[in-house]
Amino acid sequence: MIRSVTGSTLFRLALMGVATASLAACATKKPMPIRNDPPPAQTQAPPRTELPPAQPGVTQLPTGALPGSAQDFVVNVGDRVYFDTDSHDVREDAKPLLDAQSTWLRRYGSVAVRIEGNADERGTREYNLALGARRANSVRDYLVAQGVTADRIATISFGKESPVDSGSGEASWDKNRNARTAIVSGAN
Amino acid sequence: MTRTLRNPANRLRVMLFALIWAVAALTLVRPAHAEIEVNVNRGDVQPLPVAVPAFGGAQGADIAQVIAANLQRSGLFRPLDPASFVEKNLTAAVQPRFADWKTINAQALVNGQITVEGDKLKVDFRLWDVFQEKQMLGLQFTSSPENWRRVAHKISDAVYERLTGEKGYFDTRVVFVAESGGRGKIIKRLAIMDQDGANPSYLTGGDSIVMTPRFSANSQEITYMSLRPESSSIFLFNLETTRRESLGAFAGMVFAPRFSPDGGKVAFSVERRGNSDIFLMNLSSRTSTRLTSDPAIDTSASFSPDGAKIVFNSDRGGSPQLYLMGADGSGQRRISNGGGRYTTPVWSPTGEFIAFTKQTGGEFHIGVMRPDGSDERLLTTSYLDEGPTWAPNGRVLMFSRETPGGPPKLWTVDVTGRILQPVPYPGAGSDPAWSPLLN
Repeated sequence: MIRSVTGSTLFRLALMGVATASLAACATKKPMPIRNDPPPAQTQAPPRTELPPAQPGVTQLPTGALPGSAQDFVVNVGDRVYFDTDSHDVREDAKPLLDAQSTWLRRYGSVAVRIEGNADERGTREYNLALGARRANSVRDYLVAQGVTADRIATISFGKESPVDSGSGEASWDKNRNARTAIVSGAN
Repeated sequence: MTRTLRNPANRLRVMLFALIWAVAALTLVRPAHAEIEVNVNRGDVQPLPVAVPAFGGAQGADIAQVIAANLQRSGLFRPLDPASFVEKNLTAAVQPRFADWKTINAQALVNGQITVEGDKLKVDFRLWDVFQEKQMLGLQFTSSPENWRRVAHKISDAVYERLTGEKGYFDTRVVFVAESGGRGKIIKRLAIMDQDGANPSYLTGGDSIVMTPRFSANSQEITYMSLRPESSSIFLFNLETTRRESLGAFAGMVFAPRFSPDGGKVAFSVERRGNSDIFLMNLSSRTSTRLTSDPAIDTSASFSPDGAKIVFNSDRGGSPQLYLMGADGSGQRRISNGGGRYTTPVWSPTGEFIAFTKQTGGEFHIGVMRPDGSDERLLTTSYLDEGPTWAPNGRVLMFSRETPGGPPKLWTVDVTGRILQPVPYPGAGSDPAWSPLLN
């Protein structure tokens, strides 16, 4: 939209410029008797400052994520909370997000979720499976305490098998210690 | 490793022998005598120089090469360069010219002859003590021609056993998890290969994440874990019949399976509401017994070779440590007592050690300790070493090693920690499980 408005304005300005130039050309080329009339071109100059202001563009997009959809949950609530090293305690900074998850899940009561626990690569495979299971259950317990019915929540652990960040280093490990609430059914 | 080879004509060797004799008398498993003997318990002695010239007949060079590579990787032997050999075209039918082999200081000589009769491959080989000028072993193997690598492995085992007094481990296979696809989208497939990395093939298709395969100690059967987003399962898989069956459905996750030494039971972990405990299933009755009930993580159970005890991993004390209990769950007590985090305990086939993964600071180690927790020794150090498995003779451990950002690779280390090397398998692999000796 914005582009087309701008384009037509330029076009209009360009046309006026051509008109001005041609009038000026007429004034100089034709063998006319010398008179004291002011050159018509001056009175016909384009009234630049009087042009109507360009209309602001209108952007069209679909309305936001369908309420109650998996996309709504991921975009507007957030599906992942993070944990400290070797810990499965729900962190203080994770609680607002989990509160929002439970609010959303109570509003959309037919949605079933699976909480997937994850661990970073700084541990061995089997212990990390058990650790991921603990994290998934911490989130489950939190949501249940907030009023989400337990039979809507399944849990699984991916241990260190499903890192969200494939790097090696503290920043990557911080991201890979998490629990993700995945919607499995019942969403819009 | 001890070389106890006597040659009266060589004063230096006599002196060396006298020196080694004093050590060997204390450490040798069998009574030392005048012939070559290699002590697997010592990690600080030079490997024994051995000559393995090309066997006579078709594929004779290939067989010799496989034998030499096996002996070399054990770290106990140093195969000599065939270019240095003086006597050429040796056959098993004629006594070697010992002087020619003494010249290059070969202590032992392995030679042989291959004959193909119809669809049969026959391999005669002899092991010679060069300086004693005596045959130490002479055997004939018959198989099919395409099976020549296994014949080479069996000869390697025979040589190893004759010279060390202990069973070999070359005619074995390794089941492992072959990884492909790169980090973040890894495809994990169960795979099997010879212990030297040859003949790799896939056992599963990669549609689920497979982990932690383990061999039965007395059959060609494995158990492993399969993980899908919906659930986890433990499978039994017979490599000979290719029959695959699930251990059954459980409430909660199941993982960390391992056979009892008689193959009749599987110990495994069941996770319920975040709490992982160890259970034991009788495979004939399909009934399960709960062995632990601590609210902490209890996992990675591994039996003592007599089946009476189980070592396992628990963080009931606040960090992951190694614990011991009776096979009925009785008498649970902690055995690891160093600083750091201990996981993946696995009892050696001989019973004398428990291998484990240890995490200290930013490093991982493969280590061994006595079953009472004493004599802890760390054998490796790296960014990430994990999941040791024992060769059937209890002398070598295979494990997986990762560098930061890199794919896991399979490595071996001997129990003294001296001989650390990558497995000659080119791909990425993790969770190795060493088979018992093949029949």
